[in-house]
Amino acid sequence: MESTILSIHKLNKRYGKIHAVKDVSLEIHKGNVYGILGPNGSGKSTTLGIVLNVVNKTSGEYSWFGGTMKTHDALKKVGAIIERPNFYPYMSAKENLELVCKIKGIDYSKVTEKLEIVGLMDRKDSKFKTFSLGMKQRLAIASALLNDPEILILDEPTNGLDPQGIHQIRDIIRLIASQGTTILLASHLLDEVEKVCSHVLVLRFGEILYSGTVDGMTNQGAFFELQAESNSNLITLLKNHPDVDKISETEGKVIVHFNKDMDAGQLNKYIFDKGICLNHLVQKKVSLEQQFLALTK
Amino acid sequence: MKRLLAIELQKIWKNRASRILTISYFVILSFIALIASVKLEIGYFKLHFAEMGIFNFPFIWHFNTYIAALLKFFLAIVIVSMMANEYSYGTLKQNLIDGMSKQEFVLSKFLTVILFAFTSTLFVFAMSLVLGYSFSSYTELGIVFSDLEYLLAYFVKLVGFFSFCLFLGVLIKRSAFAIGFLFVWFLIEKISFGYLKYEVFNKSPKVDDFYAYMPLESISNLIVEPFTRLNVIKNIQTAVGESNVKDYSIHFSSILIVLAWTAIFIFLSYKIIKKRDL
Repeated sequence: MESTILSIHKLNKRYGKIHAVKDVSLEIHKGNVYGILGPNGSGKSTTLGIVLNVVNKTSGEYSWFGGTMKTHDALKKVGAIIERPNFYPYMSAKENLELVCKIKGIDYSKVTEKLEIVGLMDRKDSKFKTFSLGMKQRLAIASALLNDPEILILDEPTNGLDPQGIHQIRDIIRLIASQGTTILLASHLLDEVEKVCSHVLVLRFGEILYSGTVDGMTNQGAFFELQAESNSNLITLLKNHPDVDKISETEGKVIVHFNKDMDAGQLNKYIFDKGICLNHLVQKKVSLEQQFLALTK
Repeated sequence: MKRLLAIELQKIWKNRASRILTISYFVILSFIALIASVKLEIGYFKLHFAEMGIFNFPFIWHFNTYIAALLKFFLAIVIVSMMANEYSYGTLKQNLIDGMSKQEFVLSKFLTVILFAFTSTLFVFAMSLVLGYSFSSYTELGIVFSDLEYLLAYFVKLVGFFSFCLFLGVLIKRSAFAIGFLFVWFLIEKISFGYLKYEVFNKSPKVDDFYAYMPLESISNLIVEPFTRLNVIKNIQTAVGESNVKDYSIHFSSILIVLAWTAIFIFLSYKIIKKRDL
């Protein structure tokens, strides 16, 4: 069985009248890459802030590593980056990382290794305040990786970066994910989540709209693109299929949606048995973006 | 404990402004020794501090701790900014995320306060010993090491004052405003004291008793000014017919009051950090 890293149960946070997080429940298992999706102000950062001990919860429970240790001790085994990189501007990159080592109670041996990973070795003695935003963000990732964390939490890691910066950060995230580190990535950038995550949680106004695998979410709206000698015959035939949800025709292609899981082979056989030969059959998935927009409408 | 101090000292020492202020503090503290060399001669009036007996044991403990305490503002700035910076850099949040507990965070600041106060006390002790042996008329061990409670009072005074600064840093989050508030608070205590004592309660000593419990007043009450204790000044006072029955000793009760305030300030700092969403 996969071991649970973080479990959140019915978490609530109110800021006065504003109910920022409503009954959010979540289980994070070892080895998966999770995405938290949601528009700005949907409670992503608040939820992460609560489990990271910087925001006080109003009600609900959360526990790290099965509740065997106190939150601040558990956080020593977690790497996290929240919104913007926070370091001491007057210290160099190396000194900042050494300070984090002191806080986490580990020796300095990893500092150089992690600076290599994020490509900041040549700037290790420069003061943090001289760094560009991209470099600051990479230093933050190095800092989060210092203790070889069980889980890496990233909140909007590519916010405000230029395309190269975004690319560099994504490469680093993919590298880390490939090494089997559990990742929790909060973002409003959908392609980012679609590319790297296996599981996704969609939030809006502090409420969970969807929680499950990315495939599960995109499969939900799977549809087929078909074409035959006579599209009108094909449409008449499909209308008699018991599971068809809706049919439409665009640019000479018949688009058909089913209301339950349908296999391409099954569909092909069904149509062939009824005497029509298809010359075009493509199974298409709704992009995460379309699905997300549909969910949060 | 060593870990927490190491974390805090790195934060302070790597900051150029804090480093310079800390060094200047100890350099200026050692300037007290220069008072010894002050020789003023205006016509027939001769003023030579070292010969007035200010460096006599055990009076020197009183004199030096009083003068040294005036310089505490240097370190107060370091302490207020070490706290306020954590807010403005967002590093308080980051420290917590990295696995420091809120309790450890406050404790690391408090340990630094104690370390500063202790180092300063040790410094004043060593310096007074040297000055005393150079200028004192009495150097018998029994006399040299009497009245050492002034050093204890000095230590408690610094711890209390720095804890107040730390608390203001936590509460107000901005160094400049926190130091400004410290000054405003000082005025509030002084003005309300003067008003109540001379306008409302007709010079009743009860007002003094009450104000002995106020934070800054209790801190300043720890070590009473030493000047009127000097023979020279006493002679002048007798000459103009003023009788002086001031009590210059250190009172256990005042130490207790300041320690109570210290506990309150540190506890409130912890409560604020615990309650605040960062």
